[in-house]
Amino acid sequence: MSISISPASEPFVGEQFDDIEQQRDAAKLGMWIFLATEVLFFGGLFLGYTIYRFTYGHVFVAASRKLDVLIGGTNTAVLLISSLLMAFAVRAAKLDQRRALVGLLAGTALLGCVFMSLKAVEYHKDYVDHLVPRMGFKWEGTDPGNAELFYWIYFAMTGLHAIHVTVGIAIMLVLALLAWLGKFAHGNHNAVEIAGLYWHFVDIVWVFLFPLLYLVGHR
Amino acid sequence: MIRDATEIDIKTRGEFARDNYLSEHTVRSWLLTTDHKRIGLLYLGTILIFFLIASVAAALMRIELLTPQPKLVTSETYNKLFTIHGVLMVWFFLIPSIPTVLGNFVLPMMIGARDVAFPRLNLMSWYIFVAGGALALWSLIHGGVDTGWTFYTPYSTTYANSHVISMAAGVFVAGFSTIVTGMNFMVTTHKMRAPGLTWFRLPLFVWSLYATSLIMVLATPVLAITLALISVERFWGVGIFDPKLGGDPVLFQHLFWFYSHPAVYIMILPGMGVISELITCFSRKRIFGYAWVGCASMAIAILGFLVWGHHMFVSSQSVYAGMIFSILSFLVAVPSGIKVFNWTATLRKGAIHFATPMLYALGFIGLFTIGGLTGLFLAALAVDVHVHDTYFVIAHFHYIMVGGMVMAFMGGLHYWWPKISGRLYPEFAGKLAAMITFIGFNLTFFPQFILGYLGQPRRYHVYPPEFQIFHVLSTAGASILGIGYLMPLIYFIWAWRHGRVAGPNPWRATGLEWQTTSPPPKHNFKETPIVTAPPYMYSAEKDVDLNLASI
Repeated sequence: MSISISPASEPFVGEQFDDIEQQRDAAKLGMWIFLATEVLFFGGLFLGYTIYRFTYGHVFVAASRKLDVLIGGTNTAVLLISSLLMAFAVRAAKLDQRRALVGLLAGTALLGCVFMSLKAVEYHKDYVDHLVPRMGFKWEGTDPGNAELFYWIYFAMTGLHAIHVTVGIAIMLVLALLAWLGKFAHGNHNAVEIAGLYWHFVDIVWVFLFPLLYLVGHR
Repeated sequence: MIRDATEIDIKTRGEFARDNYLSEHTVRSWLLTTDHKRIGLLYLGTILIFFLIASVAAALMRIELLTPQPKLVTSETYNKLFTIHGVLMVWFFLIPSIPTVLGNFVLPMMIGARDVAFPRLNLMSWYIFVAGGALALWSLIHGGVDTGWTFYTPYSTTYANSHVISMAAGVFVAGFSTIVTGMNFMVTTHKMRAPGLTWFRLPLFVWSLYATSLIMVLATPVLAITLALISVERFWGVGIFDPKLGGDPVLFQHLFWFYSHPAVYIMILPGMGVISELITCFSRKRIFGYAWVGCASMAIAILGFLVWGHHMFVSSQSVYAGMIFSILSFLVAVPSGIKVFNWTATLRKGAIHFATPMLYALGFIGLFTIGGLTGLFLAALAVDVHVHDTYFVIAHFHYIMVGGMVMAFMGGLHYWWPKISGRLYPEFAGKLAAMITFIGFNLTFFPQFILGYLGQPRRYHVYPPEFQIFHVLSTAGASILGIGYLMPLIYFIWAWRHGRVAGPNPWRATGLEWQTTSPPPKHNFKETPIVTAPPYMYSAEKDVDLNLASI
């Protein structure tokens, strides 16, 4: 993979590992296990959503209609494109293309920031429309309590997701800096690869959140 | 045979490895270490502090319970005492106990590795654990929590006037250290095994740690989100468990027990693994049904995820759900029973040496069996309605947690102590402490089965006078149990410097961890061992010298 043959450019192998292959396999497996824990972490909220969606179906549909599908849809596209950039970044790291890697990582982070900005605009809009539980919540329709429950779940799920996006942006920026310093050259691309797994995971969570929260009320 | 054993003896006895993992003495070398052995010892020191605090809480409760009417503490203080005892014992002692101390210390050596797969994450998990513990202590110092370790809603979210959020945050943070440890152990077991060490050549302790890690990784995040939800709900005044909005407090119980029942197996599976090591070593015999014992660990881990509803037989759960959870709970008895039968079958025709670790192991088998069988009573729907939330339940799970896990922890600590410190503890004191622990434990908890069956509810400090005799017996037992725990603390500290030098393999055991010097060098082995045979290749030698002569 690496063109260079000088001994100084050997991939860095931790002293507990025999070779770079073992190190890569271990890191990847570790990340997959971590992502499994993340699935279960979000799982508690998905369970709560499912139960109340089943119990209070009509109110959830009515409440869902008040969310902004346009912003939600745009954000879906933004995250999907960011994941594409991330996938290219992993490829660039494997091919030892430093400039492309820096650009793609920064691009991924930038799209993450776009997502967060749109989310902030949307949260503010929700606040103005009196949709935030306990903070001037108003509901004209039937069963205001159940509607408040829907918005509580909406804020909990998208909020938890937003925390993950923020962490992801920070990781991407750090990686971009390290890439610029040439730390991922010569087969040391492990960090980029496992950060990519994390970013795709965050993306996939949104792919589930978007239809559950925004589209259940729309035909 | 005897001649061979003596020859090994002469070659190996009396060597205290100078070049070992303890050679550096600075504080910095400890706080920044990535050596799994040192991290194990850091954990040991930390969990002992929590064990001590939680034991003091238990002692205060036992003293209070000597009389039917409150004498020592108010009702509110009593509630806080049992909460402290539960929270600290469960999350800050039992869950980390065997995995993070003995697991960290011996797992990489058992598989012939230089360290775990992620040594820096391993150190980080300890710091996260300390941070979680600090939050819990902060909550304790500011007045404590009175919800019980179960944090049931809506009491915890709405009505309790105590420091629920900081305590829940402490447990939440500590949960991440559990997750990191579980992930690290799984990757280590998958990727770091020595050449020739196939899955079915792994020591059974490794199998049990692997099963435990699986639960740690899959169950702990559910607890994390649940605790986050009750904290937010308490802080925000609104949430998904809130009945005012149509939310369901029982959903909290489902989520909590979806974690906390598997967590019970985090608190026993590693103990079972230790017992498998001890029984086979001190019977000088191969374990009976190796594959069955290993697979039983995995079966317990998987079945453990399907039984949480048996905590909720009286919590408005449908009777059909109750019946299914009841049947599934009975099923857990099958792999547990396989283990007990196989340990017993291993003893048969073995050359049994009644060393201290073996006494703990034999105690474990008896106590675990009682704890397990009473678990079947509780899994039976109708019986559970009668004994639910009584001392019967308390006695049952203490037989598993204390009679099982703590006995296994003590047994394992004695067994690997020569490897950890390079020195032997005084054998006679060890045997004495093991027997005192066994007697004290039974005297503490057996009367509680009777109390519970007669109807004494848990978490009450006022009770009818006719129950007093059982409470007095229980408190007397707890005092004896306390002595049983203090003794090892004293002689371990003594033996750290003054014990007889152990040599690499004082028990003549077969595991890879015994093939290196004691205490082991920084990277465990001078060269990576190559494994060519299954584990536990013992032959039933009667006269082999296991260094059991008292000093």
